[in-house]
Amino acid sequence: MDRIPILRMGSFLLVTIQVDLYDRLALTLEADLVQMVNKTQAKGVLIDISAVSIVDSFMGRIVGNIASMSKILDAETVVVGMQPAVAITLIELGLPLKGVHTALDVEKGMALLKTMIGDEEADESEEDDSVAE
Amino acid sequence: MILSLSKDSVSIQREQDVVLFRNRLKEVAVKIKMGLLNQTRLITASSEIVRNMLRYADGGIGLIEVVSRGRDNGIRITFTDQGPGIADISLAMRDGYSTGKSLGLGLPGSKRLVDEFDIKSKMGEGTIVMLLKWTR
Amino acid sequence: MSATSQKVLQKKKKNILEYWMSHQLSDDGLREDLISNEDLRIQSEELIDVLVDNLSETNSIDLHAESWDPVIEILGGISITRARQGFSPRETGNFVFALREAILQVLSEEIKSQPEVLFEESRKIGRIMDHLSVITFETFIKGREEVILRQTDEIAEISTPVIRVWDGILALPIIGTLDSSRTQVVMESLLQEIVETGSGIAILDISGVPAVDSLVAQHLIKTVSATRLMGAECIISGIRPEIAQTVVHLGIDLSNIITKASLASALAYAFKSLKLEVKKANVLTKI
Repeated sequence: MDRIPILRMGSFLLVTIQVDLYDRLALTLEADLVQMVNKTQAKGVLIDISAVSIVDSFMGRIVGNIASMSKILDAETVVVGMQPAVAITLIELGLPLKGVHTALDVEKGMALLKTMIGDEEADESEEDDSVAE
Repeated sequence: MILSLSKDSVSIQREQDVVLFRNRLKEVAVKIKMGLLNQTRLITASSEIVRNMLRYADGGIGLIEVVSRGRDNGIRITFTDQGPGIADISLAMRDGYSTGKSLGLGLPGSKRLVDEFDIKSKMGEGTIVMLLKWTR
Repeated sequence: MSATSQKVLQKKKKNILEYWMSHQLSDDGLREDLISNEDLRIQSEELIDVLVDNLSETNSIDLHAESWDPVIEILGGISITRARQGFSPRETGNFVFALREAILQVLSEEIKSQPEVLFEESRKIGRIMDHLSVITFETFIKGREEVILRQTDEIAEISTPVIRVWDGILALPIIGTLDSSRTQVVMESLLQEIVETGSGIAILDISGVPAVDSLVAQHLIKTVSATRLMGAECIISGIRPEIAQTVVHLGIDLSNIITKASLASALAYAFKSLKLEVKKANVLTKI
């Protein structure tokens, strides 16, 4: 059965989606990714969708699910490289992907993850009483 | 007056057919020089309908037509299924309403993405959804 | 048409052309600046040829019949060319009306001995020419519309320049009314440019937009949301006090959008978020 490969880079997981996802493939990815986050204690998940030309409400929901599930496991999710046409279509469809962080490309996404995790660690070391939302 | 220039019928029975259908649609859209944004809108909208068809009606048929009206060209897709039908169409067209476990964006969302949208349904007989998108 | 008049028209084709030409050349509205007399003659002759051939071949005066397609095609071609060349509707109309005059003149000369036939034939010719006039105007207006549409497209394209103001900062000044189709062009070119330049911040300056209604606001919100989905930030600048007023009165919620009064303050904000500083250089005075 087809699977989308998940790469590990330090404390981050990197997924590059190169094919059009059909439902089962997307659901498998969701399950695999959550397992991997748990197993590797990853702090961040980076999903590159620059090669994806269509994101419908189902796909959008999977991405949202991955972000929420990773969040519970203490990992941030960044989606990078969304095509302009896909972004406009998602907005018109009524799916703004709330709670998912985005960046223009993998490099900027990595930088974003690092600052987010860095901030968190700084907060922890300062033992600040305020909990980040 | 809308003229139909070509017809292409695609049967949708399995999950993988979704990708096949998209590719067929993409080919037609490229042939009539539809812009990338409108292509994406149309393919996403039909993706929603195809998904509904698979989930609620065990598949059906998608008819892809190239149509023209005056100087405009476009694509019209008619989805026909023999599923259980939709009890209350106005409710199904409302954002966030779903009898399944989805987000309930399928029908209202795809309506927002196309230029013309029509849905007819008869309980116990099936549902017909029509989408139309002009190239410009 | 009756056999006699068919024969008459076929035989007198030359005369019709001569009459028609003399009508056209004596007309005040003759536009020698737009079309030479020879070209006019060629155009006219071509039209008469198909028209008379058609009148002699068919008895049908139903202009929807297929046999009329060649006539309509040539006439349509002439009208469209005239619309593009800048002829006025009156000048184009007279072109066809003069043809009617010419045909009637020939008919009345040839069959004046049979007034009843002449009357019947004149009526038929009249009806056909009326149809042709309508077609002329339809195509003429269509030609004009095409010119307008082409210009609209051109305006839409030239009026949405995306400017790279700094490494990582794009600006798009919008001038003129924003409607759905224009916002579409604006949105697409901005997002495309963001991808191409990898810019993290885009400034949409609306100081040149005369009014913002709820539809325009909705488009702006859509553009900002789409930019965010791609991983960039979009600032809206150039909001005049009147626009701030209407936005609030219309109950439009812009609280999720970064708005700035001027392009300068938007740029300052962009510098700050990119951790850039703009400083006045220390000028060393030489002694």
